[in-house]
Amino acid sequence: MFPRLVYESFRHQTRRKLLAGIAITLGVAVATAMIAVATDIGDKINRELRSYGANLLITPQEDTLDVEVGGVNLKPPSDGAYLSEADLPKIRGTFWHHNIVGFAPMLPVPVKVGASAKDTSKDAAKNVAGDGDKDVTLVGTYFNKQLSFGKEEFTTGVRITHPWWKVSCGDARDGAPGQSEGSATNFGWPNDDSQDILVGERLAARLHKRAGDTLEVSGRPLTISGILSTGGNEDNQIVAPLALAQQILGKPGAVRRVYVSALTKPPDALSARDPKTMTPEVYDRWYCSPYVESIAYQLQEAIPHSHAEQIRQVAQNEGTVLSRIKGLMLLITFAALFASALAVSAAMATAIYERRVEVGLMKALGAGNVAVSAIFFAEALLLAVAGGIVGFSVGALLARQIGRSIFNSQIAIEPVLFPIIIAIAVFVTFAGSVAAIRRAVKFDPVFALRGEG
Amino acid sequence: MGSISTLHSPKQVAERRAGAHHASMFVRMLIRAAVLRRRRAAAALLAMVVAAAVATAMMNLYVDVQAKLRSEFRNYGANLVVVAKDGQSLPADAMAKVESVFGEKTLAVAFAYAVARTKDGQSVVVVGTDFARARQLNPWWKVSHWPDASGEALVGMRAAAVVSANPQGLDRHPFDRQPFELTFQGKAIQIVPAGLLQTGAGEDSRIYLDRSAFENWTGITPSTIEIAANGTAAEIESSIRRLTPLLPAAEIRPVRQIMEGEANVLNKTRATLYAAATLVVLTSALCVLATLIGWVFDRRRDFAIMKALGASERLVNSFFAAEAAALGVVGAIFGFVIGIGVAAWIGRVNFHAPVVPRFSVFPYVLAGSIAIALVSAILPIVLLRGVQPAIILRGE
Repeated sequence: MFPRLVYESFRHQTRRKLLAGIAITLGVAVATAMIAVATDIGDKINRELRSYGANLLITPQEDTLDVEVGGVNLKPPSDGAYLSEADLPKIRGTFWHHNIVGFAPMLPVPVKVGASAKDTSKDAAKNVAGDGDKDVTLVGTYFNKQLSFGKEEFTTGVRITHPWWKVSCGDARDGAPGQSEGSATNFGWPNDDSQDILVGERLAARLHKRAGDTLEVSGRPLTISGILSTGGNEDNQIVAPLALAQQILGKPGAVRRVYVSALTKPPDALSARDPKTMTPEVYDRWYCSPYVESIAYQLQEAIPHSHAEQIRQVAQNEGTVLSRIKGLMLLITFAALFASALAVSAAMATAIYERRVEVGLMKALGAGNVAVSAIFFAEALLLAVAGGIVGFSVGALLARQIGRSIFNSQIAIEPVLFPIIIAIAVFVTFAGSVAAIRRAVKFDPVFALRGEG
Repeated sequence: MGSISTLHSPKQVAERRAGAHHASMFVRMLIRAAVLRRRRAAAALLAMVVAAAVATAMMNLYVDVQAKLRSEFRNYGANLVVVAKDGQSLPADAMAKVESVFGEKTLAVAFAYAVARTKDGQSVVVVGTDFARARQLNPWWKVSHWPDASGEALVGMRAAAVVSANPQGLDRHPFDRQPFELTFQGKAIQIVPAGLLQTGAGEDSRIYLDRSAFENWTGITPSTIEIAANGTAAEIESSIRRLTPLLPAAEIRPVRQIMEGEANVLNKTRATLYAAATLVVLTSALCVLATLIGWVFDRRRDFAIMKALGASERLVNSFFAAEAAALGVVGAIFGFVIGIGVAAWIGRVNFHAPVVPRFSVFPYVLAGSIAIALVSAILPIVLLRGVQPAIILRGE
């Protein structure tokens, strides 16, 4: 009898059930989407914060002072220690290698630039009349280098760690991007195994050079593949593939410093402690947390004779920004949960209130309060589960859509979320129904049947 | 509703409807309806208030959070740099001009650079600056002790290893404050280190001095001004355009690393917030719609009685519409006040600064509330219009 009553109720009142079901579905969908976005926003914003560039710097242990003012290096070339380029792929072998977004080695080399043979006579005259040879810094680095560690292949370089670097390849190639395949896909960025260079925009303006021109650097005629704009010191420098810089310096395999961009956990009380003073358990916990300090420690272990330091400007600030945004999303998620719980409750209350006559009839035929309530709760349960399942799928789609349109990546939905969401849906539906069921049951059947609500 | 029955004929009804009594009757009906069914009315009002509060809070946050986050982003330091061209010094009034464009509140710090030699002939970069301002501009600097007397210096971690007589003692606290000697173009001075500076970047290789002490020693005036400019990218762009003609001997460059990073994170956050706000506001609007439709539908007997007693369609419609509008207005007012409170609370909890109430949001909340209330009142009435009053009154 009981299942039949419930079944008939759904069969005959399809429209009303549909309305309540839609309310539950929408409420659950919004709740699912918001929870999914809020749990994933930390990771997403952390990745976006990487657009501030590297947060770790590896230098040789016995590094000497940088004597640099306004991007001009005043130190003699042979001075100082170097890291070995062969050690760099080991960065991918550290404990938190999944958190390392990319790294870029740097090798500054002081060079002289002069007029090259291809210059027009006017430019050459200017150079003779002006300052002739110029002392500038050439920085060797990876642009988008293919490397491998063990079986793992990966690409890294400044295009990942320094996303604000912009290269314009000039009007010569802008017009016909499809001309040569290699450079067309790079849009002015040189290949890592080429002899092409980038020239900073202010240096280029001073030298009267454009993309495609040839520039003589310490006696080598090199092709300028693009003009680099960074808003920093590099605007006054030349940026070249690392191998080329090593050739010019005459030190194959040498690297001056390595910028590492890593996803980190915001600092807390544990992160700031000195690993030397920790007990083994605390040390393990510290070592296995992706704090910027512990990643620096592991990088130092991975690369011989190195010293890794956090770049405090980037590393210290991302924690605050991250926790602010995460906190904000959490609070908004609560607001969303509250609003959808209220919507579901309201819909259920209305649906039950409308069925007083039915309750009156059942009671007049001798049904007890418990039996009547049981029918309503069974209906609510069915609605909640059905609405919960549909709502969860819709919410997952919604979260994916948000992830794709805003962050250009998937928002992961934890499977654990499913039972939690269904439980919340059932709870909220019941909570919304309780007051209405109580009132419907208390109502005198005589009045209800006479239609005096 | 008893007073309706005291009307005698359609003619009198028409007369009364035209007269002043009509208005008072109308108001009375509204009030009686609210009082007699206060429980259902309260539920409807509650839904309205919650929806309005949530909408107000979300709109307030959406507008204010961007400003809050921007000020968080200023902790990343300068986003504009003024540099003298060709290694010269900036004119003496450069700072005043920068302040005239950006306002006194904007943080601007001047830096002067010189390369000095240590006793054993090593080159080291010495910077003259204003410590109080540099500290505000660069809150990420890890400093063991800020200098409090003029002539004291802040020594970068790596520079300390070169100049300090006792490099092994660097980690010890308090830092060994042994004076050391530096020479610049034959002029030697004794420098007392106040503390160690650690940033993980170029600052670690430098020694920072108070500007007056630095100028007395080297005679070099600032060549760089770093500015932490507030505002949107467009506002900063226009400030640059105003400053450029004032300082022809200098280049004004945005720090792209900071500007683009900030724009990137801010855009993503704003878009997420927008999506979230839309979802939340839609859900609460739906909640109101469901509650109000149920409320009005429940009162189909009132509707039937009014029609049976000869009320015109216009009167019935305007009665329910007025009721809905009143509900919308009252709900919007209460909801607005609560929503402002919620936004302020979120601001305090999350950003440690209250969200400024934005009264410009109120018209939108009010219009939205009334619109939803009207829709949810009119919808059931339209459905009931074709039904004979007798059928409703018979309870079918």
